Amino acid sequence: MTTRTMTNTIYGWVDDRLGLSEIAAFARKKTVPAHAYSFWYYWGGISLFLFLVQCFTGVLLLVYYRPGADAYESVRQITFVMHFGWLIRSAHSWSANLMIFAIMVHMFSVFFMKAYRKPREFGWFSGMALLALATLFGFSGYLLPMDELSYFATKVGLQIPATVPWVGAAIASMLRGGPDVSEFTVQRFFALHVVVLPAIFVPLLAFHLWLVQKHGNALPPSEEARHPSDRKSIPFMPAFLRKDLAMWLISLNLLALLASVFPWSLGKQYDALSPAPLGIHPEWYFMSPFEMLKLLGNWLPGASGEIAGLLLFTAGIVLWILIPFYDVRRETGRRARAAHYFGLVSVILLLATTAIGYWTIR
Amino acid sequence: MSGHIVLEDISLNVPKEGVATRRGFLVAAGAAGLCYVAALGYPVYRYLASPAEMAAGAAAVTEVTLKDAQKLPAGSVLMFKFGPSPAMLIHHLNNTWVALTAVCTHLGCTVQYEPEANRIHCACHGGVYDPRTGANISGPPPRPLRLFKVAVGDAGVEVSRA
Repeated sequence: MTTRTMTNTIYGWVDDRLGLSEIAAFARKKTVPAHAYSFWYYWGGISLFLFLVQCFTGVLLLVYYRPGADAYESVRQITFVMHFGWLIRSAHSWSANLMIFAIMVHMFSVFFMKAYRKPREFGWFSGMALLALATLFGFSGYLLPMDELSYFATKVGLQIPATVPWVGAAIASMLRGGPDVSEFTVQRFFALHVVVLPAIFVPLLAFHLWLVQKHGNALPPSEEARHPSDRKSIPFMPAFLRKDLAMWLISLNLLALLASVFPWSLGKQYDALSPAPLGIHPEWYFMSPFEMLKLLGNWLPGASGEIAGLLLFTAGIVLWILIPFYDVRRETGRRARAAHYFGLVSVILLLATTAIGYWTIR
Repeated sequence: MSGHIVLEDISLNVPKEGVATRRGFLVAAGAAGLCYVAALGYPVYRYLASPAEMAAGAAAVTEVTLKDAQKLPAGSVLMFKFGPSPAMLIHHLNNTWVALTAVCTHLGCTVQYEPEANRIHCACHGGVYDPRTGANISGPPPRPLRLFKVAVGDAGVEVSRA
């Protein structure tokens, strides 16, 4: 028996039972639209790649991390004692930030290509839920080293649910595991970060990817306006996949560069009695809402400003999520234009408030 | 679609050159891939191996001083760590001192000294050793327990590699 006949026999045996040929035939037929905005199709894949990096580096950190009272000491060990521990921790932090950035680019490109319209509404909703979960991953993971910055970030961050009328204080206290951020908080944030959130995120991600597979890539309105015979496409296998993997490779290289040249720092161990360090500020992806609340607080001092800000912010997010129900028509009309301007205003507001936020750090 | 077919046509039209280029590309891609695997694998391997390397550092220990161990009553045992692994110091009734490794040579369980039976016993599979020489007397152990040199002083007991 030659190697080739043996390979064929094994392949045939597996194929009879798993139907690999059907998948291969399906993959060969699958095509991806090719046009001026094709570049934006890669950002979902980049987000997925960075999520896989998160899983891999996260499991490696789990090997030495100890939640609870020992949290800071274990992160100190990972960073300074274990070989290359600094690199793995740095890669985890950098890739988390890059992932949030990639998801945001993906979201805005979907928004401006109007890829949320029928039949892709669930893709939009599940994507928004994944982004929300990603920020929760970020928020819970930020506390785990229990250094000064993470302590105060969590303290301040938990003030937001605390402003919810009536039940807010109870929710914040439940999340903290007591009246103040302590080792109980880090223990439950750990459970959230490595068990609860992944258990929700992974099936939701599978649903999201299944929808992409089911409906294919959406065409932007400019392409939809063309006659079907004028539209171009490339085969998924291997042309698109090759480019997708090239993007993954670029992401990996960028991540390796950032993680090794700018290693993530570890601050002083938290001390409930020491004052907040000067220049403390939220992570960049929380900077915009933080700054908006601050600006509104200047106009409407006191608790009323905070509540008005949160209401306004919640209303904006709800409108954003519900956009598939508002902008439903295929043709460009008044509503499609309004949705487009809503997107533009959101991007400008996000960028401007983030810039002001960084500008005004004392 | 068409782009894909055109690409294959080109490689069919110029078979010699096409094959050579393709092989060259595959070799280069494979080599680059191996570099990536090595560049990612090496830090991960060293990271995971860190505790083993630290233990290897501890295993290089050649002597341990047990403070105040000279006060150990006759007929009793003191368990201690020699480098990374457990060891035992026995003060026999005839006032002799013996120190030996406490790791069973069969499958690595920690053994115990039984003064009333005058033996060292491993509870896992019933191995028995002589408490003076460390010789394996009965049961599955293939080799004797290793002996250490013992020096009893005024401030403590010094145990070192024989």
